[in-house]
Amino acid sequence: MKVAVIVFPGSNCDRDMYHAAGEVAGAEASLVWYTDTHLLNDVDGILIPGGFSYGDYLRSGSMASTSDIMNKIREHAEKGRPVLGICNGFQILTESGLLPGALMRNKNLSFMCHQEELIVEDNENVFTKLYDKNEVVRFPIAHGEGNYFCDDETLNELKANNQIVFTYKNNPNGSVADIAGIRNRAGNVLGMMPHPERAVEALLGSEDGLRIFQSMIANWRSSNAVNA
Amino acid sequence: MKKVQVYITLKQGVLDPQGKAIQTSLHALDYPEVDDVRVGKYIELQVEEGPDLETRVTQMCEQLLANPVIEDYRIELEEAR
Repeated sequence: MKVAVIVFPGSNCDRDMYHAAGEVAGAEASLVWYTDTHLLNDVDGILIPGGFSYGDYLRSGSMASTSDIMNKIREHAEKGRPVLGICNGFQILTESGLLPGALMRNKNLSFMCHQEELIVEDNENVFTKLYDKNEVVRFPIAHGEGNYFCDDETLNELKANNQIVFTYKNNPNGSVADIAGIRNRAGNVLGMMPHPERAVEALLGSEDGLRIFQSMIANWRSSNAVNA
Repeated sequence: MKKVQVYITLKQGVLDPQGKAIQTSLHALDYPEVDDVRVGKYIELQVEEGPDLETRVTQMCEQLLANPVIEDYRIELEEAR
């Protein structure tokens, strides 16, 4: 499975993502600079890493959401292929409308960087098939603007369609309904604030994030069995 | 040329922790009369005049300058000096 890690000016978790998806999980990963849109023509999965794209100017993720490469990512998502946005990647996905809602300043106004316990609320999507429903996992968070907000109508839709994938056990940032990660209805686009790519080896304090990448790869293998 | 002034504020009902912190500080400085503080953004644009000026500025707000999920905006136009 070929996956591309998109690198914007100001991305800073791109190499961790590359390491997790490629060297640890075993995908054929590449780093793709955001102007090299043609390099996405034959990739199977797109990973949008964390960081501070465009220095978080205007709003986190807003500048990146207007770049040309987003059109490619949108086309890719519409074909049902996997798109994973972590941290700033999640902010980019909401700003570009690929996922509903918005990420706001943390309730306590602080940048927070520590391990959090999450509950797996949905395992019927490309990225969490290898987790048990209601399983508790440990991922690090590292954000100042991870406070997920959406209106009641959107929240009801998210609930009705099982689009809430991860919730915080002890909500650190004020997110509506303790939301840590959501997906689109089809289940091929996932955005989350916590960092699974920083939890793929025991040395890092947790291996719980690895199955996100393994799920994505296993899903691709099962739908491309002839080539696999 | 027009000077376009865009005022962006958080929607009513959206929590503004920064505003709350400022309110607490104002109270600490002995301004107990401050009942609420909301923090926003101000963006100034110099725009060439055209028939669709207001419509186009509204589109700019919807598409980029404001995030309609959490923010309201107000537009004011005046002659650029």
